[in-house]
Amino acid sequence: MSGRLRFLRSPGGAVGVAIVLFVLAVALFGPYLAPHDPTAPIGPDAAPPSSTAPLGTDELGRDVLSRLLYGGRSVIALALLATLLAYAVGMSIGLLAGYSRSKVDPVLMRSVDVMLAFPPLLFLLVLIAGAGTSTAVLIIGVAAIQAPAVSRVVRTSTLEVSVRGYVEAAVARGERPVAVIRREVLPNILAPVIVDSGLRFTYSILIIASVNYLGLGLQPPSSDWALMVSENREYINLNLWAVVAPAAMIALLTIGVNLTGDAIARSLGRSYVPRAVRTVTPS
Amino acid sequence: MSSAVRDPVIRVEGLSLDLASGEPVVEDVSFAVGQGEIMGLVGESGSGKTTTALALLGYTRAGIAVRGGSVQVAGNELIGRDGSALRGLRGKVMSYVPQDPGGALNPSLRVGDAILDVLRAHRSTEASEDSVRAALRRVELGADPEFGRRYPHQLSGGQQQRVTIAMACVCGPPVAVLDEPTTGLDVLTQDRILAELTRLRDEDGMTMVYVSHDLAVVAGMADRITVMYAGRVVESGPAAEVIERPRHPYTRALVAAIPDVHNPRALQGIPGVSVGVGEWPDGCAFAPRCVHAQDRCLEAVPSLDAVGPGHGVRCVRWEELVGHQPRADGGRAATDATGVEPLLGVEGLSVVYRGGRLDRPAVDDVSFAIEPGRCVALVGESGSGKTTIGRCIAGLHQPTAGVIRFDGVPLPGAARSRSLDQRRRIQIVFQNPYESLNPRRRVAEEIERPLRVLRKLGQADARREVGELLERVRLPTRVMDRFPGELSGGERQRVAIARALAPKPELLVCDEVTSALDVSVQAAVLELLTELQRELHLSMLFITHNLGVVACVADTVLVMDRGRLCESGPVARVLSDPADEYTRRLLAAAPRLPHGALS
Repeated sequence: MSGRLRFLRSPGGAVGVAIVLFVLAVALFGPYLAPHDPTAPIGPDAAPPSSTAPLGTDELGRDVLSRLLYGGRSVIALALLATLLAYAVGMSIGLLAGYSRSKVDPVLMRSVDVMLAFPPLLFLLVLIAGAGTSTAVLIIGVAAIQAPAVSRVVRTSTLEVSVRGYVEAAVARGERPVAVIRREVLPNILAPVIVDSGLRFTYSILIIASVNYLGLGLQPPSSDWALMVSENREYINLNLWAVVAPAAMIALLTIGVNLTGDAIARSLGRSYVPRAVRTVTPS
Repeated sequence: MSSAVRDPVIRVEGLSLDLASGEPVVEDVSFAVGQGEIMGLVGESGSGKTTTALALLGYTRAGIAVRGGSVQVAGNELIGRDGSALRGLRGKVMSYVPQDPGGALNPSLRVGDAILDVLRAHRSTEASEDSVRAALRRVELGADPEFGRRYPHQLSGGQQQRVTIAMACVCGPPVAVLDEPTTGLDVLTQDRILAELTRLRDEDGMTMVYVSHDLAVVAGMADRITVMYAGRVVESGPAAEVIERPRHPYTRALVAAIPDVHNPRALQGIPGVSVGVGEWPDGCAFAPRCVHAQDRCLEAVPSLDAVGPGHGVRCVRWEELVGHQPRADGGRAATDATGVEPLLGVEGLSVVYRGGRLDRPAVDDVSFAIEPGRCVALVGESGSGKTTIGRCIAGLHQPTAGVIRFDGVPLPGAARSRSLDQRRRIQIVFQNPYESLNPRRRVAEEIERPLRVLRKLGQADARREVGELLERVRLPTRVMDRFPGELSGGERQRVAIARALAPKPELLVCDEVTSALDVSVQAAVLELLTELQRELHLSMLFITHNLGVVACVADTVLVMDRGRLCESGPVARVLSDPADEYTRRLLAAAPRLPHGALS
């Protein structure tokens, strides 16, 4: 294994990728494997596991396994879109502020500070209260919560990298700022950004799950892991699995993404912090 | 000077240290240092000098362990002692002065409290403000009674290093280990610190081990010199003997690599790169780079033979090589360039930094010219504005006032506003080769970029030329596919030079290009630049703080002090007969070899 997939060689990376693939596979292919309709009752309410419902039924008598197999898509897709949007906005702001070193920098960064001053969940709840609840509002809201922190990480790394000789050499060659940023700056700030992106994605999942749990995101009867935890929490002593199984999926995804992010960052870091310097002799 | 050591305070016998993987880092090192002596421990990076020095404190870095041998300091055996016993000795019997005082001082501790901590650990009865003040007075920081209340960030680099020296001396230990204490300080500060250390030795009879990669610094103050290469002592003896009559080919090469202000000569680098840990050959570790190597050199590790009183050398051929001194020809032939139209003309250049002080610009009304094919050196301490001038010429910084003319035409301030041809003809090489190459790009792509951007070559033509450029800077073409992280500092700087040569420039701005390199590597890079300059008829602006380097490479020298040009003229005249007081101080502070060396 070489190049980009080198991170798979570390145990953390391999385990992380396996977990993420498992959770994604469940979310993606689950609906095709579900034994029952996730919205139709199949038996008594909150029944413990049986042969027809391997994970029991929920508070309305629906099959927990089927709901679990259907419930991943929404939270993962929302979190992914929100994180991508946060990165598109945050990285643009961070690169612009860090690279320009002009009056743009303080203006952008103070606005970012203002954004960071809002408690994230409160911000999202106010937004939902004002704009109503829809997937677009959820994605934009979560992205708005994440983007300021992304821009800070990117700006700090950009400031550090943009005084290096290879960046200045490109500037002295008269290359366009966009080319300098893309060729010289961006590849060298990726390591911190990628570790960070794992954490951000995890955080997006948690925020969306929290909002769904509070009943302000996706609405019943959609099957969603966070919503399932919320719906079944009162019946936890009747069927434990209806709460633990969806919660475990969210936890697994979070852990898997973090392990992968760390492993990628470590593998990226190694190519410019070599353990032992290989040497060549001038001929 | 005593030849053999009597009553040694430090006695190291057969010291060997290994990595956890079993590879030796230091092998069978023995030396002794007498009461009140200063021993210089010299070697390139990776030679094991710092590992040996730390062993004198009973300390090993993580991942390194003592395999055998003995280290005795003032009658105390250190090897085999446990942590608490060693802690009782450190600071009281032997103390340590680190390389980077900025990183070594606790930034949240006032310097007086830092000194007080050392006293509390060993002499709690004397721990008082008065003792702290006395300690600061001894390193000439006593003028301000409130000095001890300052924090490290409020001090200059030189003052910080004095504080660490005060910490090392406050309990009056008989032995001090100094690990490159002046690396990173400018020449004048270095000179003051060295004088200070010599004075402390003379007054208190302290025994010192001074670790350095720079033989010239050590030559001025050490009584004995021990030269290490690949974990072994290759030569050891009285300082004057080792510098003036070096026996080991490595020591000779090191001496030949030192640029000397007072004895300018063509520098000779040592070919090849230093062997790393785990790469030691079977026989003499220096043999692969040695011009005198024969087959028998590789058969077995040579023994350390006595060649004179207290002078030992680890070379099988030392007797045959006596009298075979390396070539030491005179400096550059002075070329006369009067009446030639200058390639670069700087007129009334001033730079004021935004947010900086208006009354003291970084560069203040500087004018000079560079004729085609000439090398002009710009000399000054850190903060003198010399780098800012180089950046203005390269189009990386906008001058506040003044004109830069290139080939008679005024240059726009920003590189982007200059014509393609102007950008192509002026190139810059940066100070730190560890930061000047894109770590995520292969060497070939790094050198191709200027070919494609500035000379509009196609992919195939550019690739072909990369090979020629690498040959030109004496790198094997196989480095093409390497990443910078896989190259040594000297190799990286060669790649950076190749990148600058790629667009066929006429003016090369070299900004402290050797200051991050070992002395022997520096000599090789300077040798290369001098040859390239002659072959390609390049004009150079050579920015440096090292007057010895100036003497070896430049035709004309400009001396800068706090943003102003205080003296300029032909190198030979300025260095032999400086008119300005500041130039005189710089010259006096430049480390030098004794006059007998290699002449």
